[in-house]
Order: sequence, then structure tokens, then C-alpha cells
Amino acid sequence: MHTNSLYQEVILDHNRKPRNYGKLDQASHHAVGHNPLCGDRLDITLQLENEQICDIAFQGESCAICKASASMMTTAVKGKSRSNAEILIHEFRELATGKLDTSHPHHLGRLTVFSGIRDLPTRVKCAILPWHTLHAALNSISNTSTEANNDSAQVVSNHSVG
Amino acid sequence: MNSAHASLKSEITSDINWRKVRTDFPILDLKIDGKPLVYLDNAASSQMPQLVIDRLVRYQTKQHANINRAVHYLSEVATQEYHDARCKLQQFINAREDREVIFTSGTTDSINLVMQGYGRKFIQANDEIILTTLEHHSNIVPWQMLANEKGAKIRVVPINDKGELDVDEYERLFNERTKFVGLIHVSNALGTINPIKRMIDFAHRYDVPVLIDGAQAAPHIPIDVQALDCDFYAFSAHKLCGPTGVGMLYGKAALLESMQPYKGGGDMIASVTFEETIYNTIPHKFEAGTPPIAAAIGFGAAIDYLTAIGIENIAAYEFTLLDYATECLAQIPGVKIIGTANEKTAVISFTIDGVHPHDIGTILNQDGIAVRTGHHCAQPVMQRFNVPATSRASFAFYNNKTEVDALIAGIKTVQKVFL
Repeated sequence: MHTNSLYQEVILDHNRKPRNYGKLDQASHHAVGHNPLCGDRLDITLQLENEQICDIAFQGESCAICKASASMMTTAVKGKSRSNAEILIHEFRELATGKLDTSHPHHLGRLTVFSGIRDLPTRVKCAILPWHTLHAALNSISNTSTEANNDSAQVVSNHSVG
Repeated sequence: MNSAHASLKSEITSDINWRKVRTDFPILDLKIDGKPLVYLDNAASSQMPQLVIDRLVRYQTKQHANINRAVHYLSEVATQEYHDARCKLQQFINAREDREVIFTSGTTDSINLVMQGYGRKFIQANDEIILTTLEHHSNIVPWQMLANEKGAKIRVVPINDKGELDVDEYERLFNERTKFVGLIHVSNALGTINPIKRMIDFAHRYDVPVLIDGAQAAPHIPIDVQALDCDFYAFSAHKLCGPTGVGMLYGKAALLESMQPYKGGGDMIASVTFEETIYNTIPHKFEAGTPPIAAAIGFGAAIDYLTAIGIENIAAYEFTLLDYATECLAQIPGVKIIGTANEKTAVISFTIDGVHPHDIGTILNQDGIAVRTGHHCAQPVMQRFNVPATSRASFAFYNNKTEVDALIAGIKTVQKVFL
């Protein structure tokens, strides 16, 4: 595993200049995600209108992998329907945990730059945290954690962990 | 560097061939992704020399049985070897008696033993327990559990910007309600060596017992529990080139005798009926069940190994590595060393501007360099310095300047990636 394949320019660019960074004044959904293993914290606000994500923003303290993943996630889901966002969440989790066969059709596009994370089990949660938090926000779970479920690749359960 | 360290440095014995010492550790020959392993995570766990590995093999192949029980040959051999390991530890810390050394599963277990055995018996509502900002979670959480149960209070000694304890403030915290002090000897997150002798003496003016968490000190500083006059001293084998799963608690005999057992079971009893159990004498009172016999014997072999080199020599050599690494790191713009105490062991916590510690750890790993990244189980220290986490390079006597250079080159690679 060459880590350089993970720290690619697109990831470094999103880390340097995160898109949709901040907090929406008007938000129908909001969630805070924690990764207690490394102290990362991510705050996601989004505006859902007619089941469509018309705006989304994130902010927080995190590593480059998490921040780039969050930034690219917001650009990917903005304008998408809730159900399409959930498909992306599912596919991203499968990608990060090495379960997605990228030779088959999928919807991830450039997000496949994160495929290298599957070789770094300790960093998988960094990449997944934004998606985990987005899922929580869409399901009105205001507070979630990568430890909320034993398998972070699974859909978060209803109980929330602070 | 103070005079004590300067004298240690001047005493460095030229007849130790540190390059040869390094060859005692087979794991250090590993290649990670084709790069030589640069193991700088010794504060988390140290590596094991062949001599200790061989000792474990010899025990398992020629000496293993349960101890303190049967009359057969193997049981007697194992019992004797286990006892010998206890005596090696007694000598290593200069305890008065071997029964003052209790085998535990590690430092955390030792601290929990004191909390359960001493704390639950002698600490009451409104009593105060003094801890410091530098404590590892293992010397915070057990006391919080006790404080919550008893309605006792925890008072915390602050640190300055260099990561040194405010000893004057420590002394001001004492009052008639103070019943216990838990004190880390060397900070795992920063490397700060605390002035424990002065602090122990002060606590004793109030008749307050002091527990020293020596997990990070015992591998690097000669320990003399009688000279320190500490009441309890705890550390783990795996940070002293020994196996995981075993550690020790030193306690003054009178204190240990006054305490209630922590775990009930076999070996810790003198006699049992359903009406009454009479507890065994120390140390057995605190060693319920079959102990980690092999690990304890390996612990003894590790102590022999370290003693043969000499902890003073190890300390002196590691100080030269610390000085060199500190100097090199200080010259890199954007790198900040967290923890700059005048008295330090060879631990360097650092941050790199604009780069999260986990990214640093992952990129260094690409060059075969193992450092710890995170909060080091010392979140109050991180909060004090207002950082979520740091990267930590911690050195052992088998490390060398070439490895420091590899770390420096690795840090420059990190900076290049994040330029």
C-alpha cells in the first residue's frame, strides 16, 4: 500500500480549500458526528425541500482525510434527492471498507479517490465520519459517533452516542 | 538540563556498544513496505530482546505448571521461578521485602487495586484526592469512579506552559480533608519528569499516602522506593522490554496489610468455609487466581536484561538522543514541540502547522516510521495545550541518531505533501 495513492492532489485540494464549509443559517436537518478515537468532530447542516438537499454545509476539526471526504461529499449530494444521497452513503461506506466492486456500475465518480483507505483500517473511520453524520442528519439523529455501531460500515442504529 | 541529568550524561559509559545492543531485538530488522522499521513508539510499548523471548520459550518448553499448588516437580520449578521474578523486581526498585511486590496485569490494574483495596476502605464522603493535569486516564478514571461512589472530591494540580507541575499550587491544595495523592512520575504525553520526592515528602507531612504511576519512569530512571518513600509504585512489564499482560504494584507492607483484597478467588485465601474466608498474607492476598506466570518470569528476565545494561547508562544514552532530536525538530519551521520541561525523558510530542496528527502518522508510516498520534490517553494535557491531539516520538536505548534523521526527513515529507 502506497499512502501517496491516498493523499492525492484532489484530496489535498479539498483539504486546503474545503467546499461548503460553514454552517447554514436556515437548516431543516442538523447532526454532529464524533470520532472518539481521534477526537474528530464534524457538524453538518442541510436544507431539505421536497425531499431534495437544496443546500448543505459542514464544519469541524478533523484530519485531511475526513475534511476532504466531507467537502467532496457536500458537492456530491447537493441538489440530490434524499434517496439518492442515501445510495451514495451506502456506496461510499462499501468503498471505504473494500466491499465495493468498482468495476460494476456505481455513482461515486471522483469519490473513488478514497478507495485506498481500505488498506488503512485505522483511518477508515476518518473517511466515513462525514457520511455517517449526513445519514444521521437525514434521519434526524442529532448526535452520532463512529462508535455508535460496532461496524462503522453499517447504517447507524437509532441510539445515539455523545 | 539540570545538574542531575548533566551528571548522568557525564557518567555515560563508553564501553557499551549501543549498535550491538540493538541487534538483541530481532523485530528491529523488520522492513515496513520495503523500508527499515523506525520504531519510535516506545512509550506505548517497548520491544523485546531475544534473551527475554528465549526465556519465555524455555519456561513454556521446560518449566510450565501451575504454581503454589501441587507437589510435583514442574509445579515446584514454576513456583520458584515465579518467586525469583518477584525478587528481581524487589531488587530493581529496592523494596524492603519481596512481599511488597504484587504481580498485576499492568499499571492500570495496579492503580485499580489501590483504588479498590485502599480507596474504598479508607476514603469517605467529602474527602479529597489530589491528582495532576499530567495523569494518564488510568490514574484519573479509577479515582473518579471512587469519588462518585463515595461523594469524595478530586483536586487537580495545574501545569505551566512547559508542561511542568505547579508544585506550589500542589502544596496549597492540601488540607485536613486530603486523603490520597495519585501522581504520575513521568508524563506519557510530554515526557516531563515530576519532582516526586519533594511532593511525596510534602504529602507525608499531612499523613497522606502517595501512589506513583511509574509506567513511563521505570524504563528510563533508576527507581528506589525506599529513598522516594512512596507508599505505592506501579508499572508494566511491556514498557520494560517484557511481555504484555503483567505489571507490578509496590506497596508498603503495613499499608498492603491494612487493605481489603481487590479480587476474590483461589490463592488469595488461607482458608474458606461458606461461613467465613480467611485471607492469605501479602502478596498472595492480592493475587487471586492463576497469575500470568510465564509473563511474570519474562518480566524478571527483562529486568535482568535492563539491569545488565544499567538503567543509568540507558538514561544517559537516551538523553543524548533526546537532545539531538529536540535540536533537529526545533530547526524545522512549522513544527512545535509540546512539552518543554527542564526535566524530561526521551519523549517528544509535537504538532505540525496545518497538518492533523493522524495524517502525520499515516505519512510517516509510509516511510516505516512508527510514532503515536492521538491524545495519548491524556486528554486533560491536550486540553491544557489547546490541541486535539499530537504526534509523539518516544525513544528507547535501541534507537539511534540515524532514526532521528529518518524522523526529521519524514516530517519534511509530510510538510511537502501538505504544502
